Amino acid sequence: MMLLAVLSGFLLAVAVPTLYRVAGKHIGWVLALLPALLTAYFASLIPAVSDGETLLIRNQWMPGLGVSLDFMVDGLALVFALLISGIGTFILIYAGSYLQGHKDLGRFYVTMLSFMASMLGLVLSDNLITFFVFWELTSITSYMLIGFNHEDAEARKCALQGLFVTAGGGLVLMAGLILLIFITGSYSFSEILASDLAIHDHGYYTAAAVCILIGAFTKSAQVPFHFWLPNAMAAPTPVSAYLHSATMVKAGVYLLARLNSSMDGDALWSNSLMFFGAATMLTGAYLAFSSTGIKKVLAYSTVMALGTLTMLIGVGTEKAIIAFVCVLVAHSLYKGALFMLAGALDHETGTKDITKMGGLWRSMPRTAAITGLAALSLAGLPPLFGFVAKELMFESVINSPGWPWALLTAAVASSILVVAVAGLVFLKPFFGPVRTTPKQPHDAPVAMLIGPAVLTLLALIFGVAPFLPATFVLDATVSSVYGSGVETALALWHGVNVPLMLSGASLLAGSLLFVTWQRLHSTLYAVNTAASRFGPEAGYFRFMLGITQVASWQTRVLQNGVLGIYLLILVLVTFGLTGYTLFTRHGFQLDFDFSNGYFYEFGIALLIVAATIFASVTRSRLGSVASVGVLGFGVALIFIHFSAPDLGITQLLVETLTVILLVLVLFKLPPFVNLSSPWERYRDLAVAVFAGAIMTLLMLAVLDIQYFDSISSYYIENSYGLAFGKNIVNVILVDFRQLDTLGEIFVLGLAAMGVYSMVKLRAEDQHKP
Amino acid sequence: MKTNTLILHTAALAIMPLQLMFSVFLLLRGHDEPGGGFIGGLVAASAFVLYAFAFGAESTRQLLRVSPRDILAAGLLFGLASTIPAFWTGQAMLTALWWEVPLPGEGYLKLSTVLIFDIGVYLAVLGTLMTFVISLMESEE
Repeated sequence: MMLLAVLSGFLLAVAVPTLYRVAGKHIGWVLALLPALLTAYFASLIPAVSDGETLLIRNQWMPGLGVSLDFMVDGLALVFALLISGIGTFILIYAGSYLQGHKDLGRFYVTMLSFMASMLGLVLSDNLITFFVFWELTSITSYMLIGFNHEDAEARKCALQGLFVTAGGGLVLMAGLILLIFITGSYSFSEILASDLAIHDHGYYTAAAVCILIGAFTKSAQVPFHFWLPNAMAAPTPVSAYLHSATMVKAGVYLLARLNSSMDGDALWSNSLMFFGAATMLTGAYLAFSSTGIKKVLAYSTVMALGTLTMLIGVGTEKAIIAFVCVLVAHSLYKGALFMLAGALDHETGTKDITKMGGLWRSMPRTAAITGLAALSLAGLPPLFGFVAKELMFESVINSPGWPWALLTAAVASSILVVAVAGLVFLKPFFGPVRTTPKQPHDAPVAMLIGPAVLTLLALIFGVAPFLPATFVLDATVSSVYGSGVETALALWHGVNVPLMLSGASLLAGSLLFVTWQRLHSTLYAVNTAASRFGPEAGYFRFMLGITQVASWQTRVLQNGVLGIYLLILVLVTFGLTGYTLFTRHGFQLDFDFSNGYFYEFGIALLIVAATIFASVTRSRLGSVASVGVLGFGVALIFIHFSAPDLGITQLLVETLTVILLVLVLFKLPPFVNLSSPWERYRDLAVAVFAGAIMTLLMLAVLDIQYFDSISSYYIENSYGLAFGKNIVNVILVDFRQLDTLGEIFVLGLAAMGVYSMVKLRAEDQHKP
Repeated sequence: MKTNTLILHTAALAIMPLQLMFSVFLLLRGHDEPGGGFIGGLVAASAFVLYAFAFGAESTRQLLRVSPRDILAAGLLFGLASTIPAFWTGQAMLTALWWEVPLPGEGYLKLSTVLIFDIGVYLAVLGTLMTFVISLMESEE
């Protein structure tokens, strides 16, 4: 059931093209049934999980490699699963209307559903390797969705940037996870969390922690990797709302929270989280305030929220983890809603620039009302859930075990800025003098408003009655992050205390800041442009430029277009390394023993040698090809002589077809001319003799000693018993080593595509005038 | 490229069906006797190559009806599909499953995911080689 729930997104994605033909423009509503069902399914797990249970669902995948499709549902996973499927439902409905009539809507849904399935797999996986596979799948689907408008060069560039940063971080994360597996000896999150092993005393701990942090930071857009997230706004708005605010960018934070109770206990872990989290929070808040595109404003405020989450995990007290879970839920609700509303604004007015919008509340009253509520939650004002979360954040920062003053300053500064940002998002477009926009504005259709309305309503309900979400699932979430049972006891009103006074002060200061925004923003824009020349994004571009330069340099050296050189390098490197190993490990031994040979064996050997010599000295191409064929048939004879009929038949057939292919290619070659100098030919001869000599010595060495027990007896004994086949060669190919064969037929496919595109594309080029 | 020798035309028409039958024979007996999907695919490919030499690339395409690349893709799909059934029985991926279907009279038919996989290999090999040969032949014309 759980396996089906996770993979159903992929299955539905396959069916999208067919469904699209049937459902037409209602496709969004039809597809949204799946996430709606999934939401109901995950909601049905709430009672068990809120009782403190951790559900483990086991499925086999590749037991030999320790990889399984095991799923773990605890509070943390369940909250994420509910957010992914719940918000996903509304995003799919919304996208049907936002992209209505778009020629690639089908493709959009295929990728979107695949993303949803990958994200669910990510948060529910118990196995570290499976987790990583899903992690990379979200990076790849995100890449395809950012670059959805693939005819736009800018969108392609942004998509590639997002992919390089997140997938590059993913590689580092893989190293971190493997180190973690080394340390704990377990592939399973639940086992690692349950063990009382002191991970931070292990010698690999620092390396593992740094790798995992880098992986999480790239995914969750922490400073200095934050620059890819605003650029990801090149994606259609439903994607920004779903991937780049509510779900995918939280994957890094999810991983940090998941591992926190095991990795914690070392200053490195908590200090880096606090430092980078606070820096990201402040940077995000400042950049959000100084931007003018509504999606950029929201993207940077997402960066801020992600920073807050990281910081709170770093603080790590019980209070901080409660605040973490509340900020997580509050942010997903209001930011998902705000992005969809921003898309509605863009869709109905034709511009993304907030300086070009004004007084829209008259023409878009319903959109205005919902935006207002969502913006209140963003600013952290009562009675919305954002307020509850922000108060808790202040309270936990004040009582932080490390750097309370620094963190508090950063937190207050960002919440001042975010009040101003909320003003930018709500007051700026909807109030003030009416401005003419590229399109005549009118209220957005139901499909585009239902999602924001429901999400904002939830934020309101959770704000007024915070004990509701707390008892259902948040308590369990906090417990799974904190590592032991916790009662949250959330409330909207805590009495007059320090956090409340800080909220009041930041509201005042934020309002003042908003009023002066008009005058400030051109100055800020100039400052930001100047600073961006030294920022991390400039570093990214320098790095990418360096890679292409190194690549073109080494291509000029190694792959200069002369095939002879390629062969020379390949042969020299392979046999140089083999020869080195052979002489250092085995030594030089040359003892031929011909005493047991029959005369016809010598005959075959002579035939092979003669064919080889003829192939290399003849001046006729056809003769050369034919004698290579003779060589192959000679080898086939040897196979048959030593009773390997399968190999013999295969060799005969392959040789025949190779000769045919070579003959076909021969017609295309230019007339035979001698391009190489005598010196080059002697060099090639020397290399060939060297390779042959090494190979001969290697074969003799193989016959001489055996480092390992031969495994053929295993195959002989088990071929019929385990695999019901008497032909051992075939049983090995299609059963014992089926994965290898599967890989090989895909290589065959790639080779076919390579030849096809080389021959066909060149032919087409030549036909063009 | 197209040859106009009567001997080759007549021989190709006579030999090709035999080769194709032999290739299926090799494919099916492969699990117990010399043979298998790879060899079967090679034999089938050489049958079509013989035909292509006699009658040209265009008529080979017509004979195949589907593009060689589709044959290749079908082969890869068969290969992948054979790994899936084990999932639904709760076993590890790539675990072979066997079914024995009794035949009328004596004996029974051995069916398995391994056979599906072997058919995939057969089609992939055939598709790859035909892609090579047909695109090379067509590029000459």
